[in-house]
Amino acid sequence: MNLRNTLSLKVAFFLIATFLIFFLVIPVVSVFYTAFIDTYTGKFTIVNFLDFFKNKLFIESFFNSFYVAIMSVLLASTFALPLSYFTTRFQFRGSIIIQSLGFIPLIMPPFVGAVALKLLFGTNGTVNLFLNKFMSFKIPFMEGLNGVIFAEAIHYFPFILINLVASLNNIDKSMEESAQNLGSSGLNLFRKIVLPLSMPGYVAGASLVFLKVFDDLGTPLLLDINNMLAPQAYLRISAIGIDDPMGYVMAVILILTSLAAMWIAKLALAGKDYSMLQKGGGGLAKRKLNFTEKIMAYGVIIFILLIVLAPHIGLALLSFGTIWSFSYFPDAYTLNHYKEIFETSNFIKNTFLYCSIAAFIDVFLGVLISYIVIRTSIKWREFLDYTAMAALAIPGLALGIGYLRTFYQFNLPFSNKPLASWWFIIVIALTIRRLPYALRACNAALTQISVYLEESAEVLSATRYTILKKIVVPLMLAGILAGFITSFATATVELSATIMLVSNDIDAPLSYAIYSYMQTAAGRGPGAALGVIAVVIVGIGTYFSQRIIEKKQNEKLINLN
Amino acid sequence: MIKEINKLFVTLFFCSTILFSSTVNAGELVVVTSFPKDLSGAFKVAFEKKNPDITVNVIGKKTTAGIKYIQETSSNNTSDLFWASAPDAFEVLKEDGLLAKYSSAVKGIPDKVGSYPVNDPDGFYTGFAAAGYGMMWNNRYLDANNLPKPATWADMTKAIYHNHTGMSAPSRSGTTHLTVETLLQGEGFEKGWASWKFIGGNFKTITARSFGVPDGVNSGDFGVGVVIDFFGLSSIGSGFPTGFIYPKITTLVPANIGVINNAPNADNAKKFIDFLLTPEGQEILLDPKIRRLPVNPKTYSKAPADFPNPFKDESIGKAVKFDVVLSKSRYNLINAMFDVMITYRLDDLKSAVSAIHKAESKNLSSEGKKLVKEARALVAALPITENQANDPAFANIFKKKRKKAKDIEKYAGTRQAEVEAEWDSFVVDNYKKATELANKAASQ
Repeated sequence: MNLRNTLSLKVAFFLIATFLIFFLVIPVVSVFYTAFIDTYTGKFTIVNFLDFFKNKLFIESFFNSFYVAIMSVLLASTFALPLSYFTTRFQFRGSIIIQSLGFIPLIMPPFVGAVALKLLFGTNGTVNLFLNKFMSFKIPFMEGLNGVIFAEAIHYFPFILINLVASLNNIDKSMEESAQNLGSSGLNLFRKIVLPLSMPGYVAGASLVFLKVFDDLGTPLLLDINNMLAPQAYLRISAIGIDDPMGYVMAVILILTSLAAMWIAKLALAGKDYSMLQKGGGGLAKRKLNFTEKIMAYGVIIFILLIVLAPHIGLALLSFGTIWSFSYFPDAYTLNHYKEIFETSNFIKNTFLYCSIAAFIDVFLGVLISYIVIRTSIKWREFLDYTAMAALAIPGLALGIGYLRTFYQFNLPFSNKPLASWWFIIVIALTIRRLPYALRACNAALTQISVYLEESAEVLSATRYTILKKIVVPLMLAGILAGFITSFATATVELSATIMLVSNDIDAPLSYAIYSYMQTAAGRGPGAALGVIAVVIVGIGTYFSQRIIEKKQNEKLINLN
Repeated sequence: MIKEINKLFVTLFFCSTILFSSTVNAGELVVVTSFPKDLSGAFKVAFEKKNPDITVNVIGKKTTAGIKYIQETSSNNTSDLFWASAPDAFEVLKEDGLLAKYSSAVKGIPDKVGSYPVNDPDGFYTGFAAAGYGMMWNNRYLDANNLPKPATWADMTKAIYHNHTGMSAPSRSGTTHLTVETLLQGEGFEKGWASWKFIGGNFKTITARSFGVPDGVNSGDFGVGVVIDFFGLSSIGSGFPTGFIYPKITTLVPANIGVINNAPNADNAKKFIDFLLTPEGQEILLDPKIRRLPVNPKTYSKAPADFPNPFKDESIGKAVKFDVVLSKSRYNLINAMFDVMITYRLDDLKSAVSAIHKAESKNLSSEGKKLVKEARALVAALPITENQANDPAFANIFKKKRKKAKDIEKYAGTRQAEVEAEWDSFVVDNYKKATELANKAASQ
């Protein structure tokens, strides 16, 4: 809609663009730039990339990252497929469990649960000790890359589940009926008609999972796997210094692969909107289960549920356990670990501080950016949207490296401290990384507000500022709140950029503290306790965020009547 | 609803500013350290109790990262102390002129521990605890797998331990670097590397961080780990079913602390060093979660019965006289050699070593024995000679900064990545050939 582009909005556009350029574009460009510079002569060269591709270890790391990402997608699909089949094809009350399965894994970031998974599924973990004792064999769940694949698949399978269910539910009933008329039914029908039609949704979910697993630093680091791209880059930068060109080459490759994956997702979803489920329009016919089918269905669901809950159970046990060594379960239990972390509580304090500032800035920017993009006709306004969303494709590690590179030279005003070691730089990194979530929430909220409301206010001679303050923002409030909570909750468990930027213990947030606690013999208990707290924060945040959105949707439905 | 949300934001903002301002303190002390929280935290709490106007700000970085950090921030230094185990790390900083002289006046600390001087003779860094290297194991794991407790480095090369041991890499851990360098100096360059290759051939894993080793042993992931003594001793102290031993070829090396040049809080830094050396500070080292060897002999009277005492027990650390200057000169080179020959090609090395073990377990003909001997030589082969390794010009390829023109001349254009790629092909071929020969010997 073309409303007047007031000066204040143009200024806002300019300021936001500067912020994004300064804190997202320039660091990323500096990463690319450094990768193409010869360390000794300072001239442009591709020799660093040639060195990378000549080195067998790096090629191996590159392929391993690909392998792990693809296998995680496959394993996650294996969990998601039967569950989506049950939910969309049959009428049965287990669907509620499936829906909650779509939420529980996402609240525990893979690196937090990784240590606990190792205790449960490792070579001498609970499951394998049991298998070995009664059946004399072991399954290498957590050996080498398998451990990373397992942890990531458990965490990310809901992405695929949700997308698959949504796209299955959007399939037109007439497709199925035509196929049945021609004699197809059951699994055949599912395989040949339903699944292909749901491919776009699946591909979108799968590419998102691929992207996130490919970029993940925390999980391989905590599982001690370093022959993958992200941990290699981190280890090189921290062992050899921020001038090592290889770290930048790897960051560039990570960024390019992520961009490619995101582009594929965008292509798959072109023209489709999955954010709103149609009620009563599409969807396949559901039939009832007979008794044996019910047993099988519940059996599969409970089996998958146990696997998916394993990190949560393991983490809880570890946080309360005393010694857990080569045994099924901890030797004894205690509350000491929780006591310890509450006594040294600066991590929780820091996390709340950083994440609330970051989330606040995110929704502030989110409202402004969506307003400018949707309601004004300022030239190049889409730049704001694309740039902010591009933050999703920039791995946290690459952003961290870019910040170190770009901001090390600058000092804070009035002090000798370099900008890169000031705690606020962590806040900025969190802001940039979580902005896409807040932006999408604000976008969704704004598109549902009729522009006529604003035009009426304008006719009554309200200024742009008054319109925003008294009409737009209040109507968007539920979306803003949901965006704030999502940004906050996901910022709590961000590790990849944080680990590059944390320069000391006092400024460290929760996620970094979990990582550093897991580095001492007596620290696994407290580290696990911190992990449990992080999971609780994210869980509560996600729950309330969902409740607010649902409440709003219900309100809308009521209003339409 | 809006009013409530507004209030929420405002309160959050206020709280944040209050929280922020409360962390800004009058007296500060910035310590860059590789020590874990258990240790730095205990000293921080005790020191702050004694000096309530000083806040200790701990910056945790692994030894190599810490060195890098201090080098990179030197033009704009914000750190006061560097506090780490490895003396060769301090030598690197000393050579770069990044340390300031300070000799504490606190009494009761002898000149030597084992055969090693406690403090830097030039006065740039001070020893506050001693540490040696050895092996730790998990009792339950050894029992379950019928393995004996190891006692020497040679034990670690035996076939029974195949896939049951672990260690970190010298590039990732200052203490592991010292362990590797100690064996190289104790057994000689070529024999030492051969030992490392056969010890490495038994590894289940090379951990990404030094703590990964005691962690793996504690959780029962693998049975025996090569560790610095306090990892073993603190695990035992924390209640894990583990044990620890010093092998004969080990050295006792002090863990050190040094004041950084142009420190913003130099006086506080000196106070901290003094505190570490007082009887009260030394006693903190006996904490079951820490368990490092104090340098004050009198502190041992407060230690538990089984606690090792290097001042009474002469066998610990006398066998090797550690040359810290040599270690410093080839620091990065040794890191690169270990990584390229062992860490990155662990699977190839393991299959070669395992094939050799298998062949040796059979009754071999004389030809078979010859093949196995060849295979062993192939595994142990090095891509460079000891002279090259000790040549400072060659070692400089592995350094970031080139200080002198002649450094650049001799190996001009050789990038670290290039040299490493050459070594990589060398070892991969050798391991493959060794595997073939050993299999051939076994099949005869």
